Amino acid sequence: MPYTSSDNCYDVIIIGAGIVGCAIARQFTLGGARVMILEKALDVLDGASKGNSAILHTGFDAPPGSLEQKCLARGYAEYHKVALALGLPILKSGAMVLAWNEEQLAQLPALIKKAYKNGVHDVAMLSRDEILAREPHLSKSVLGGFEVPREFLIDPWASAHAYLLQAMANGAVLYRDTEVVSGQYDGQQWRLETNAGLVCAAQIINCAGLYGDIVEQRLIGECPFTVTPRKGQFVVFDKSAAALASSIILPVPTKTTKGIVVCRTIFGNLLLGPTAEDQQSRADASTDGSMLAHLRDKGIEMIPDLKECEVTAAYAGLRPATEFQDYQIRRIEGKNYTCVGGIRSTGLSAALGIACHVASLIATDEFSFQAIKDPIIPAPDRLSNYHSRDWEEPDNGGIVCHCELVTRREIEQVLNGPLPPSTLQGLKRRTRVCMGRCQGFYCTGELVKLTAGRFNLPMGLGHDDQ
Amino acid sequence: MTTNNGGLPRKSDVAVVGGGTAGLALATKLKRLGVGSVIVLERENDAGGIPRHCGHYPFGIREYGRLLKGPDYARRNVEAAVDAGVDIQTEVTVTALHPDGRLSLTTPAGKAELQAERVVLCTGAREASRPQRFIGGDRPLGVLSTGALQSMTYLQGMRPFRRPVIIGSELVSFSAIDTCRHLGIRPVAMIEENDRILARRLVQPYLMMRGVALFTKVKNLRILGRRQVEAIEFIDATGKQQSIEADGAIISGRFRPEATLLHLSHLEVDLGSGGPMIDQFGQCSDPSYYSAGNLLRPTETSGWCWQEGIETAKWLAEDLLRGQPTVVPSVRVQVVDRAIRFSVPQRLSISDRIGGMQKMQIGLNVPVRGYLEATSGGWSISNTWLNSRPIRRIQIRLAPIVQNCSKSPVELSIQRNK
Repeated sequence: MPYTSSDNCYDVIIIGAGIVGCAIARQFTLGGARVMILEKALDVLDGASKGNSAILHTGFDAPPGSLEQKCLARGYAEYHKVALALGLPILKSGAMVLAWNEEQLAQLPALIKKAYKNGVHDVAMLSRDEILAREPHLSKSVLGGFEVPREFLIDPWASAHAYLLQAMANGAVLYRDTEVVSGQYDGQQWRLETNAGLVCAAQIINCAGLYGDIVEQRLIGECPFTVTPRKGQFVVFDKSAAALASSIILPVPTKTTKGIVVCRTIFGNLLLGPTAEDQQSRADASTDGSMLAHLRDKGIEMIPDLKECEVTAAYAGLRPATEFQDYQIRRIEGKNYTCVGGIRSTGLSAALGIACHVASLIATDEFSFQAIKDPIIPAPDRLSNYHSRDWEEPDNGGIVCHCELVTRREIEQVLNGPLPPSTLQGLKRRTRVCMGRCQGFYCTGELVKLTAGRFNLPMGLGHDDQ
Repeated sequence: MTTNNGGLPRKSDVAVVGGGTAGLALATKLKRLGVGSVIVLERENDAGGIPRHCGHYPFGIREYGRLLKGPDYARRNVEAAVDAGVDIQTEVTVTALHPDGRLSLTTPAGKAELQAERVVLCTGAREASRPQRFIGGDRPLGVLSTGALQSMTYLQGMRPFRRPVIIGSELVSFSAIDTCRHLGIRPVAMIEENDRILARRLVQPYLMMRGVALFTKVKNLRILGRRQVEAIEFIDATGKQQSIEADGAIISGRFRPEATLLHLSHLEVDLGSGGPMIDQFGQCSDPSYYSAGNLLRPTETSGWCWQEGIETAKWLAEDLLRGQPTVVPSVRVQVVDRAIRFSVPQRLSISDRIGGMQKMQIGLNVPVRGYLEATSGGWSISNTWLNSRPIRRIQIRLAPIVQNCSKSPVELSIQRNK
């Protein structure tokens, strides 16, 4: 990476290219600032943004008056605008919060009241019969619930990629494999030392997610919160299972978690999860065989026909929870430093709202720019099962991944595009190769050939003559 | 839809979905029996199926009277089909099956359609993936099915790891050892959750010969590693926690039919076999559809699938001569014993049509010693002594069942104390 010096200083350096960092990078770039994004991992979206439930929430159950609720409401509204502008897929599925025992049933009125307080006025009580008429595959043991009509399914990775790609197309600079080691603020500028060199900026925005507290300690010397990652394991069922639930099936939430959700994904699968397991490690996103089996059993309790469906994938995501319930977003006056921390589970829905909020925190007379007129709009990843795909169009080069119908052209475009993946994981998120039921049984050979020399972590250790 | 239908004909007498061993053998035989147009729709760049990347013997003894390696065998099957006049179309993916033999396709040129008098599903089988087996741990590079390993090594000459662990102990798991040796990869251990290897015991000494440690009856299998696999952890048969240093994991065996097209279609599926519900002629619930090969059940040898293709072709050719496909009365074959996983066929057509399968195939969930009994309308119509295990080839004579089944379903159970 080029060293940036005082006379080649960025307006903003964003540390961390997760969903929140990407949304903020877009916000500031389109606002006219010169933006640099630093990502510690080999590829973007490699931390908390790697695994989530891919839902756009209204925030009906967020704590009323919290910053989280405000960012969610704003983020939800922004997402609809931005998705339209950037061509991101969005599928209205609606949600139902269901009670499976008397205790949960008794909690429903309070939840509805909360939704009203949060400005979600179209929630409506449903009788058991209404629920079963709408979702005939649900277990008959459901007692009651209410609907939240305006919850959507979205592509969590395409969204973040699109924010970042738009930032980059309009001038932002991304460095991956670049970890911030330390930093000094001289009253005017920040100088950050990274493993790849020295960089310079007027403002720092810490979006380091699971490492947010560590980055703050490195820059400020102390941090008022500690990240305690909360692991969520998920099981994904094959496409034939998507017919078993049309709405997002939510449980009555507890203090620590929204509980186990069953919902379709925009990719046409059925998703079950997450668990909520607090842990110390910020890197350990391992799954546990018996927990996955337990999750599946939970799913079968809710939807008995699931027992006949094939499992396609299993993964775990880490949520950057802290000892505080609310987001930890604050600006340190006189240091031109903003921390965007503790975005524990609603980051995908709230990201664009968080970006607006952060922009309003930082906007001052000295720090104001001319917004870009007619910003460039990059082409997004088009991976929704419910919208048109590349395989339906001429000259697609043929299908490489048969389970997810990924074409050669899609893979080549991503590999040759402005944000090429540096790992197989990254290629999977951008194209869905290997994400299907065979998990690489059929396409691995072809992918090895197509990606030769492209990854920092190659798929093979080398040819037999090496 | 592309204006020229992606370069494909819009109509065909028979469309075979899948150009592996069964599909090619069936298509070739159909042409030799005088069927007009036979098209094979293959989604890969080359037809031939799984044997294309099984760079080992023995293939082709029954079919060509010679000992061949997989890729040579696949090539011969393709050549035979082309010589017979089969139209093999590669890079064509069937995206949906519709009633009465209409197929939605996609090609490199875009979407297309094909209407066939009869469709034969020959989409084969694949191994169960890691998530399907609920193997926990990290998700590093170096975790591959045997199929992926073989396509990486034989087709691309790439080495994914140097010291992998093999998870599973079926015949294919042993074949993975050979695949590894081909590239100088040395598997360090074979790990099996059951109390013995699933392949026949006589292959077990091969492990010792190759220096591969065997662990059976293991629990809590976990794959660990940040970027590449670093270790495999498990609890061994004695209850001791084990950690084996390895840079890869081969997830082998537990084949299942590649049946997603089927699951998303109007055709009836048998959850036991994972394949289509067929009668003794290989005919599906929509009489325009037939099926043959490993889609029917997991899983048989190439030689078996080849023969199954040939047989099914004969019944199909006769059916074509009768004109429009018709639904005939049939009785269900029902598995009423948990020890039995599936039967193929799952349905017996009652008509004056002659021929059809001579044997019924049975799959087990657990080891069985006892009589496999078929009853119909309360009458015992077949009894066969079984001493077998899951994943073994089991066949019983079909003729007495077909001849003696009344109008009521055939029920299959195990009589353990006769």
